Amino acid sequence: MNYLLNHLDTAWALTLIHLRLSLIPVILGLMIAVPLGALVWRHRALRRLTTFTASLVFTIPSLALFVALPLIIPTRILDEANVIVALTLYTTALLVRAVPEALDAVPGSVRDAASALGYTRVGQLLKVELPLSIPVLVAGLRVVAVTNISMVSVGSVIGIGGLGTWFTEGYQADKSDQIVAGIMVIFVLAILIDLIIVLAGRLLTPWARRVPVT
Amino acid sequence: MNFLQQALEYIFSAENWAGPAGLGARILEHLQYTGVAVAVSALIAIPIGLIIGHTGRGALLVVTGVNALRALPTLGILLLGVLLWGLGLLPPTVALTLLGVPPLLAGTYAGIANVDPNVVDAARSMGMTEARVLTRVEIPTAMPLILGGLRTATLQIVATATVAAYASLGGLGRYLIDGIKVRQFHIALVGALLVTALALLLDAVLAAAVWVSMPGSGRLRRRIPQPLVDDEMRLETQPPRRTPDYSGRDPAPPGGGASPNVEGW
Repeated sequence: MNYLLNHLDTAWALTLIHLRLSLIPVILGLMIAVPLGALVWRHRALRRLTTFTASLVFTIPSLALFVALPLIIPTRILDEANVIVALTLYTTALLVRAVPEALDAVPGSVRDAASALGYTRVGQLLKVELPLSIPVLVAGLRVVAVTNISMVSVGSVIGIGGLGTWFTEGYQADKSDQIVAGIMVIFVLAILIDLIIVLAGRLLTPWARRVPVT
Repeated sequence: MNFLQQALEYIFSAENWAGPAGLGARILEHLQYTGVAVAVSALIAIPIGLIIGHTGRGALLVVTGVNALRALPTLGILLLGVLLWGLGLLPPTVALTLLGVPPLLAGTYAGIANVDPNVVDAARSMGMTEARVLTRVEIPTAMPLILGGLRTATLQIVATATVAAYASLGGLGRYLIDGIKVRQFHIALVGALLVTALALLLDAVLAAAVWVSMPGSGRLRRRIPQPLVDDEMRLETQPPRRTPDYSGRDPAPPGGGASPNVEGW
């Protein structure tokens, strides 16, 4: 605790790096996964291919991907871009499987009502089906955001910045208080981001609150 | 960029596989950390998930617990563990177990809690005890989700066991971390490739297990006989005894189904 209070400015700087590395991928992944998921939704073959590729990508260990990415894309080894690309891939892989499932779950009666009201297929997708899939997206985003925050800290063993450096520094200097401070900051950060996503999900689905929970 | 070629050459040279620091030994170490951590996570998470899923009490505990555990950084726990308890198998096991518990707990709990309540009620009204409802109805029905949780847990643990090497332990992380440290990137790539291969392999095995365990699919030739028929068969094949042995495996149904009254005493 003392360590944290004595190094608040460093903590803040590291937190910003940590958030940049873990949350930019969440936003990028969301921007890729939602349109992609909606596009492949109605195409059985494309959907299977996407699901399969996504599961495969998700299986690759993150630390391995941080190291192996420079072979595939023109970045330098130990570049921040590797982390952002790798975590974007994970986020996309996780969300792109959830989007078609969320769209499937929209009840047929709602779909019929929307088309009876004269929505075009695209309009229906954008204004009815995607909004109704927000709860599923929120659930996916929560897992992915918290996982990313933890993964960025693991990256410090191969020299990636962020709060994980407190772990490696503290370990090398035999300072357990530094490690404890790092755990506390990352824990609080993850819980806060989780809360923000839950709140954002509630704000975006005002109808969910008006229906009494049975 | 011929790191990949160098890495593959390294992997496909027989002399790199032998010895206590060879690829074979490192893979075994990696599997050992993974296996121990997965087993401990399962021993902790599955019983808790079963109890909470079955009774329906403490669901909030699962949700908050899972989220909180997920937010704990594995590397921090591992390195703190090494500083507190010294080198050895304990720190990576604790750190990796904390990583494996959330998906397993969530999977087990969701699996049991989502079993159709009508099915559970039917089982109860057939006279099954709570323990039998759990082991013969709820667990088989929930098996795909429980194994799904095991799959996610194994995947995360095998991927993250790499960091054990940072705490002077073995495993495939040795290649990855040492390679980066001494700027021999093809060595780091050897570690990355092998960890990926191991993860893909384990995931494929567990995916097959999930597929086989789908209830009603007949993919798993059950050694457990169908419960109700089984009980009836046993009643019919056994001549009525004066003191029916209802202790242990064959508890008396509540309300006295095939009760002593019927058999006349």
